Amino acid sequence: MDHILECRGVSKNYLAQIPALNFTNLTVNRGRIVGLLGPNGSGKTTLIKMASGILTPTSGSILINGVPVGPDTKNMVSYLPERTYLNDWMKVRDIIQFFTDFYQNFNPEKAYDMLGRLNINPDDRLKTMSKGTKEKVQLILVMSREADLYLLDEPIGGVDPAARDYILDTIISNYSENSTVMISTHLIYDIEKVLDDVIFINQGNLVLASSVDDIREKQGKSIDAYFREVFRC
Amino acid sequence: MKWEFRDDRPIYSQLVEQIQRRIVSGSFPAGSKLPSVRDLASEASVNPNTMQKAFAELERIGLVYSQRTSGRFITEDQTKIETIKDELASEKIGEFFTQMKELGFSQQDTIRLISKTSKEE
Repeated sequence: MDHILECRGVSKNYLAQIPALNFTNLTVNRGRIVGLLGPNGSGKTTLIKMASGILTPTSGSILINGVPVGPDTKNMVSYLPERTYLNDWMKVRDIIQFFTDFYQNFNPEKAYDMLGRLNINPDDRLKTMSKGTKEKVQLILVMSREADLYLLDEPIGGVDPAARDYILDTIISNYSENSTVMISTHLIYDIEKVLDDVIFINQGNLVLASSVDDIREKQGKSIDAYFREVFRC
Repeated sequence: MKWEFRDDRPIYSQLVEQIQRRIVSGSFPAGSKLPSVRDLASEASVNPNTMQKAFAELERIGLVYSQRTSGRFITEDQTKIETIKDELASEKIGEFFTQMKELGFSQQDTIRLISKTSKEE
């Protein structure tokens, strides 16, 4: 069972006529860091939400570890939404307690350790923090779960370049060989060094799934440059 | 030495080159222990799988060997290191000659310029 994520004939229609997503087949392997890349409105968030069980596909199925997405996969998937859902009057310390109660596989020591390294005071309330700091807190919470699949929707959008490096470092040093991290982003240039594989999607369709080194080898250019070429407007 | 990557080539092959440079320059001394895949990947801000691939390549060419329980070490074979050093040097010189040729200097002109410049320094 090498496939951590498998899509079988998945499609999702928000409005009857146009499918937001229409995947015949996609498999993602264990132990990889995967970039989910595509222009605005290409279906990145839709795919991530379906894999985390927040949306259900109109047809087809998604499997995590060979198990159809459902209550049994909740513990396998750690999802970082694009927008925050945490109560902003809460202190970081309380949120950590909340996560410890809520998730069996949440490791509070790991969370406190990462907070310390980023100089974030656990007694601060979320609402007193800048957008970037809030994003860091959320990422720390998500990465402190010992999950099989981490789904990160735009994790580096709002943070400065130095913090971006730290976040990427957090991602590469915290995932284990048995888990997979899938990152959706537009900031390809910043993250391509940490990716094993990339998935390009456009208008809900799979355009390409390949390893980063393969693309660099065959195309003689960076993923960023290749993306600009494939999706030229 | 900083880790720097160019856009037009696979990252693992650039890692191989840059680790080779560290070995021949002595910043990773012969016989010493290499940092772990994870530590070095984190230092270079690359994916650990990519670093792993680079290590495998270095093992294949014999610059690095792994000991089952204690980690990976740089070879103690000085001749091997010297050979790689010479290879890297001739690559660099080749690149330089190519660039000078693009500026319109023949190899002889280039050599003359080099000895002139090095005297001035």
